[in-house]
Amino acid sequence: MKIVNFMGLRKLAIVFSALLLIAAIASLFTRQLNWGLDFTGGTLVEVVYSDTADLNAVRSTLESNGYAGAVVVSFGTDRDVLIRLPQGHGDDEGNAVVQLLQDNYEGAVELRRTEFVGPQVGDELREQGGLAMLLALGLVMLYIAFRFQFKFAAGAVLALMHDVVITLGFFSISGMEFDLTVLAALLAVIGYSLNDTIVVFDRIRENFRKLRRSDSVEIINISLTETLGRTLVTSFTTLLVLIALALFGGEMINAFAIALIVGIGIGTYSSIFVASNLLVTLGVSKEDLMIPVKEGAEQEDLTP
Amino acid sequence: MLNKYPLWKYLLVALVAAIGFLYAAPNLYAPDPALQITGENSAQVIDEATLKRVTGALEEAGIEHFGETIDEGGRNALVRLRSAEQQLTAQARVQRALGDGFIIALNLAPTTPDWLTAVGAQPMKLGLDLSGGVHFKLEVDIDAATERRQEYYLNAIKKALREARVRGFVSLDEQGNVEAQFRSEALREQARGLIADNHPELALDRVDEGDSFRIIASMSEQTRKEIADYAVSQNLTTIRNRVNELGVSEPLVQRQGKNRIVVELPGIQDTAEAKRILGKVANLEFRLVANMDAPEADKQRFEYRSADRAGMSEWLERDVIITGEHVSNAAASFDQNGRPNVQISLDSEGGSLMSRATRHNIKRRMGVLFIERKYRTRYEMNEAGEEVAIQIPYDEKKLLTAPVIQSALGAQFQITGLDSPLESSELALMLRAGALAAPINFVEERTVGPSLGAENIRLGMKSVQYGLALVVLFMLLYYRVFGIFAVVALSVNLILLVACMSILGATLTLPGIAGIVLTVGMAVDANVLIFSRIREELRNGRSPQMAIHSGYDAALSTILDANITTLIVALILYAVGTGPVKGFAVTLSVGILTSMFTAIMGTRTLANLFYGGRKVKTLSIGGVKEA
Repeated sequence: MKIVNFMGLRKLAIVFSALLLIAAIASLFTRQLNWGLDFTGGTLVEVVYSDTADLNAVRSTLESNGYAGAVVVSFGTDRDVLIRLPQGHGDDEGNAVVQLLQDNYEGAVELRRTEFVGPQVGDELREQGGLAMLLALGLVMLYIAFRFQFKFAAGAVLALMHDVVITLGFFSISGMEFDLTVLAALLAVIGYSLNDTIVVFDRIRENFRKLRRSDSVEIINISLTETLGRTLVTSFTTLLVLIALALFGGEMINAFAIALIVGIGIGTYSSIFVASNLLVTLGVSKEDLMIPVKEGAEQEDLTP
Repeated sequence: MLNKYPLWKYLLVALVAAIGFLYAAPNLYAPDPALQITGENSAQVIDEATLKRVTGALEEAGIEHFGETIDEGGRNALVRLRSAEQQLTAQARVQRALGDGFIIALNLAPTTPDWLTAVGAQPMKLGLDLSGGVHFKLEVDIDAATERRQEYYLNAIKKALREARVRGFVSLDEQGNVEAQFRSEALREQARGLIADNHPELALDRVDEGDSFRIIASMSEQTRKEIADYAVSQNLTTIRNRVNELGVSEPLVQRQGKNRIVVELPGIQDTAEAKRILGKVANLEFRLVANMDAPEADKQRFEYRSADRAGMSEWLERDVIITGEHVSNAAASFDQNGRPNVQISLDSEGGSLMSRATRHNIKRRMGVLFIERKYRTRYEMNEAGEEVAIQIPYDEKKLLTAPVIQSALGAQFQITGLDSPLESSELALMLRAGALAAPINFVEERTVGPSLGAENIRLGMKSVQYGLALVVLFMLLYYRVFGIFAVVALSVNLILLVACMSILGATLTLPGIAGIVLTVGMAVDANVLIFSRIREELRNGRSPQMAIHSGYDAALSTILDANITTLIVALILYAVGTGPVKGFAVTLSVGILTSMFTAIMGTRTLANLFYGGRKVKTLSIGGVKEA
């Protein structure tokens, strides 16, 4: 099999990742995220009109009835209307809004859903979400340090942070709403991207022990080439189902699917070019993995 | 022999798959729309005659129904309907026919065949985003509960010092601690002893300032935590009782975190009604039992609330001594002789009112009334000539107890002469329910209309199907016969996943479906790993049998590492997440576990059955030759 010189593209990958990270962080600082209702608190009403809804009419109806600052957008179809009221409206407003819209429309206005989130809940959620992410990264780092070695743990976790920041950046730049399901998707990206990285690392560890070569870069190249097929196939099948989810899953799951598609795309790239790249930067060598006799037994099992 | 499993392994895999099928099967049977009829209180029995009235009303309205059942003891009856659209009309008709006193709930009756229910197989529950309904998150105001307790300590300490004739000045400081000031060191020590005896849970600090000797009595963290716990569990009980009144078939009332309560009511659309009932306040009234010769105009007759004194009543005076707002606590306890009693604490205003009223009425009896807001339904024609149901609120007042006043009462007193600890704890519960341990606020509310729920199911299923189809197609093209193994394993994996979720009683939500879709994509990963290994081994010139053997072996540790790390993330999601995130985490974790079984054991079984133990020249695994 022809060995692809992935690490020859190291410098290029570093520049590429750096550009993405800078763009993501810059956008996160300037534009921030378009936090969903789950995080900001407020009231959300989704209604479906029996005929095409006139958004301007809806806006003016709301405005003239004391709902200033209401955001009115169509959701999915042109009959589906999503209304977001800023904080400060009570928890009863949802039904009142539907009634108001019905009174100003000849056809039928059907309530699809209302959501009210109090201010205290949103703040807590943001804290918890951040905490969950840090906890996930921390525990994963521990596990890899235990199963592999510290440099691998550092490489994997830095690559994960790279993926998370860029995916967040995507949400910031695109202005897509960041709600609770997107947060879940982000954590799933951590899990997925990690999966990819571990498979590559596993092979690197195996080759360090098996092959009589000492050049780390060469061993990493061999390992990446060997696992390339698997990395691409798995990412491909996962992307297939995610695209199905994004296309057919409906509006409520759309942002979730998009977050995963972006995250998994970045995760696949990072498991090839970023995680291994970091291993080289951290100066991984044969000695790092030449360890105990205890592990020796396992090694024999792996290559009969 | 290479690639032969012992017989028991084949059997094990077959057995697991069979059990999976069995427990996933109930999900194939679509539930019937139904009405569930319950009596408003335990005395209300539903018999054949009641059921006749129900079926009569339905027939009159031309609503098709079948499979009527009454459970043992006549607490519940279930009537199945043919069409879900008629459910609401049917509910209104039946309510009308039976009148008040019965709760008619919309329900989905499972149609799982008996042989499946006999082994405990049940369909998955649907989350609110799929079934439609209301979700509330309530926050218990713990500060208010703490303030009440501080007030209580203030009064209790004042009273104890007064009775022991220890002169001092007692007040609450800014932090809500009780601060007692005395003229001398001796008085302070005496007071300190008293307080320590009565309230060992309070921390007592001495503070000297000029010629005033002070004690600061503060609550420990432990006590504060107990107050919070108490306030939440008190509200939890009260809300559970009220939710039952709403007539929802499978409500969920659950504590979440330190001071939150989550209430989920599937099938409910009218949030205003739900909130009115959840947020309503019960109340208490303490009144003297009227003298025999009191004129009719000054007295009122009330029935007892408890079932064993049904039909009995007492005449009470019209004047109310105090109401439930003044009750700060009620706890079941025992006297020195081990007899059950209920200790009641009032706030300072309540204490002085009580003492004024009882001082001159010793040996008379005092009745405690429990007041609940209830609704009576009246049917009226509206302008369009349609019949509409109008809810008319009224207060139902029933007598809890009417003990004899043995001496002048103050802010602290007890009700004795109770028959059993059960009676005392029930009485305390009712008194507390009337007093409401702490106010609650709505901090989150979500309503999902039934059409959206149905659409979410449809879209979710559609994406699972399309996703699965794409993956199956790809695997077959790319891995040929081994692709078939993977696809069979993937299907079994889906079945096992559904079976596990059904057994665990997990709730299926929209993010849960997304988790299933994601599992489909990721589950093939283990197979991809194994198959790539086998291809590699073949390329390195190994025999087909050796390639299968070492392919599976070599991939194992990678698969374990990769899946364990993902599982760590899923578990954190579960631990930290709420609602939708939790649903996603559950499916993801279960999916990881089942996929490991099917992808490793399952495909190996198929490969062994197909290729194992015989001479094989080539493997149909695709793409081995160098391109």
